Amino acid sequence: MSRRVGEKDISGCAISGIFNRKGLRFSGEAIIKSIALMRERSNGLGGGFAAYGIYPQHSDAYACHIFYDHLKAREDVEHFFNKHFCITLAEEIPTRKLKAIGRPPLIWRYFIQADRQRLERSNLTEDEYVVQCVMRINAQYKGAFIASCGKNMGVFKGVAYPEEIGEFFRLEDYQAYLWTAHGRFPTNTPGWWGGAHPFTLLDWSIVHNGEISSYGANKRFLEMYGYQCSLMTDTEVITYLFDLLVRKKKLPMNLVVKALAAPLWSEIEQMEEKEAGQFKAIRAIYGSALLNGPFSIILGHRNGFLALNDRIKLRPLVVAEEQDVIYVASEESAIREVCPQPARLYFPRGGEAVIGELEGRSQ
Amino acid sequence: MSLTMKSPEFLIDRDDDRCINCQVCERQCANEVHYYDHDLSKMSAVDLNCVNCHRCVTLCPSKALRISKYPLEYKENYNWSAEMINNIFKQAETGGVLLTGMGNPSRKKIYWDHLLLNASQVTNPSIDPLREPMELKTFLGRKPERVEFNGEGNIVNLPPQLELGTPIMFSAMSFGSISLNASKSLARAASELNMMYNTGEGGLHQDLYQYGENTIVQVASGRFGVHKEYLNAGTAIEIKIGQGAKPGIGGHLPGEKVGEEVSRTRMIPQGTDALSPAPHHDIYSIEDLRQLIYALKEATVYAKPVSVKISAVHNVAAIASGIASAGADIIAVDGYRGGTGAAPTMIRDNVGIPIELALAAVDDRLREEGLRNQVSLVVGGSIRNSADIVKAIALGADAVYIGSAALIAMGCHLCQKCYTGKCNWGIATQRADLVKRLNPEIGVERLKNLVKGWSHEIKEMLGGMGINAIESLRGNRLMLRGIDLNPNELEILGIKHAGE
Repeated sequence: MSRRVGEKDISGCAISGIFNRKGLRFSGEAIIKSIALMRERSNGLGGGFAAYGIYPQHSDAYACHIFYDHLKAREDVEHFFNKHFCITLAEEIPTRKLKAIGRPPLIWRYFIQADRQRLERSNLTEDEYVVQCVMRINAQYKGAFIASCGKNMGVFKGVAYPEEIGEFFRLEDYQAYLWTAHGRFPTNTPGWWGGAHPFTLLDWSIVHNGEISSYGANKRFLEMYGYQCSLMTDTEVITYLFDLLVRKKKLPMNLVVKALAAPLWSEIEQMEEKEAGQFKAIRAIYGSALLNGPFSIILGHRNGFLALNDRIKLRPLVVAEEQDVIYVASEESAIREVCPQPARLYFPRGGEAVIGELEGRSQ
Repeated sequence: MSLTMKSPEFLIDRDDDRCINCQVCERQCANEVHYYDHDLSKMSAVDLNCVNCHRCVTLCPSKALRISKYPLEYKENYNWSAEMINNIFKQAETGGVLLTGMGNPSRKKIYWDHLLLNASQVTNPSIDPLREPMELKTFLGRKPERVEFNGEGNIVNLPPQLELGTPIMFSAMSFGSISLNASKSLARAASELNMMYNTGEGGLHQDLYQYGENTIVQVASGRFGVHKEYLNAGTAIEIKIGQGAKPGIGGHLPGEKVGEEVSRTRMIPQGTDALSPAPHHDIYSIEDLRQLIYALKEATVYAKPVSVKISAVHNVAAIASGIASAGADIIAVDGYRGGTGAAPTMIRDNVGIPIELALAAVDDRLREEGLRNQVSLVVGGSIRNSADIVKAIALGADAVYIGSAALIAMGCHLCQKCYTGKCNWGIATQRADLVKRLNPEIGVERLKNLVKGWSHEIKEMLGGMGINAIESLRGNRLMLRGIDLNPNELEILGIKHAGE
């Protein structure tokens, strides 16, 4: 990819998400319609979707969506999988031939569980075991890229406009309780299938609009905990930050949000003593996790989603609610396109997290 | 005594048309350069005594004085510079060690000047600090690897932290090496700016206990003025192992500077030399350091962070990593251009390494070992302006120490003669007639102005990068590019070359 692609001087991305908090599943048509409306926020160099609840029949297995550049890569990865995992099912992901999609990679999915013996010997939790295997493949196996590896979820992404990607992957055939979507306008990384959003780790997925000025600080902070930021994208770093703080450091989500989009000191000073003390400590300890610069993100996970703006709201984010469904998008129009008269529509403030959780389940 | 071969360094040029023979220059010069020649009925000067401190130039009411380099040209010789020759003349006469003051002035690469900063264009907005919040608040101290909550949801395991309004502290300068008025100025400015000053190894004068909240008390190899009340007087304790200007050697405050006040503060007899040994004689290895760290923590009931200050030497990264695991909460690294009240010239100009390289190496090593988030890293020696600070933080520092810059703000003209005790600006002296020349009220204002000005500039640079909190700059080396640096230097600094 020529360097000039990475030097484009225009920025903009579109994100959208639809979530049913009762866990009722619906097809991918609505999310495609929503993201398609924001076509001019993308430039055809990347689009993608994350869908939660699509594989109920395999809900105990890690669903791996993988891109292969060539057959050799598939052989290598399958060899690795056979050694490290028990594979319940391996199949090509059904796609539709489209003019807009130039030369797609080979796209496969595997439902896998860790090999019991190896897992025991590794002394790791199964999640950590899977993470390490996935990171190894993405860093070391040429021509192979694992796009997602969570349970009962999957990522469908590629280099094209998002609505084209949706059509290509036949998303109308999938039923999910949470869909997120991304249309990409790359400025500092060239368009390639693996680099499109959403970015995932286990069942975390991120769609993101923005450019993080703190990237260098965040990356070096993560590297200290063994994360390899090989993709050089903001999304990767944001995903790993959530993984580190929520899964490894076991911080409650409301405080994680306050580490990533910290309240201003002037705001903290006006809080009650207990809350102020808490936020002050979080900022002092996790300052390197602060995401600085413009962003709006939707973080999907098995129990719901979290939408978040940078703390001074330098990127758009709109939220709407209608009965059991919550909509989140870069633009109001993208919500009204699929839900013309929501009961409530609002613009969350900078740093104010919008949290949607499945009823009866909280993280 | 045989013929002296010493020649003047500076030439006093007096404009007789302007000179009104008021003798201010004579009264102001502790080096006894100026005198009134009664035979000629006019002012005259002994060039040889001049140190070029500009006290007379600044105070001359008719602006009759100019000082320039003495036009004494030895036969041109790249190898044997005038400085080398003059040094030999001096030593041949006295048999002594060459002494000097302030930081290493020699012509070696200054890495700060080879680092360039980034700014936002289009894809992310730059932020205007005059319109948007811009946060410089910095915490120094050990951070837990994982936070623990009590039943009420409060975090219970955050060790004591130093809270700074801006990532700048005044570095260690002892009462003794500097005057009480200079110490007062630093202490009061620190308290009014919500920052810290450092006592150095001089104890804490009674008048300064009131600024305890903004004081780092130092424990160095001479243990001068160290007692329980002293340790508990500040907000942090610093164990001084080394100083950038003189790594590996101790300190020496000559007896003539140990007057009544210094004597009481340091707890040594009046008129005796205050000698700090080269090593701490209870620290011969890293486990000994650990014992001292914990002894100090015990003495202060674990309520204060303990810092360990070392000079930047060849294997500084490994040493820093050892210090972190020995229990220090803050590591302060002092570069080879760091200032001093007195140091042997050969040591100052030849021992140690540049702080920029040391900082990059230490930050890298602490990260490799997973320790960086636990300890804070402070660097000094020498930070000359706000851009140096921004670069230091981008390389990986939490905060910086400024010493020379603070003295310059109070009037120091960098004549490098601190060790003579004849500082005409009332800073590096204990002579009452000289000390009173530094008015602490004015000293405080000038220090405050400097730190405020620098903080504004830091905010402007941060805003330009699209960052509105200083912690997002820390270790963010993508914000730096090198210019005129070779691949090796770039690799050590962990940065790309400009254009990459």
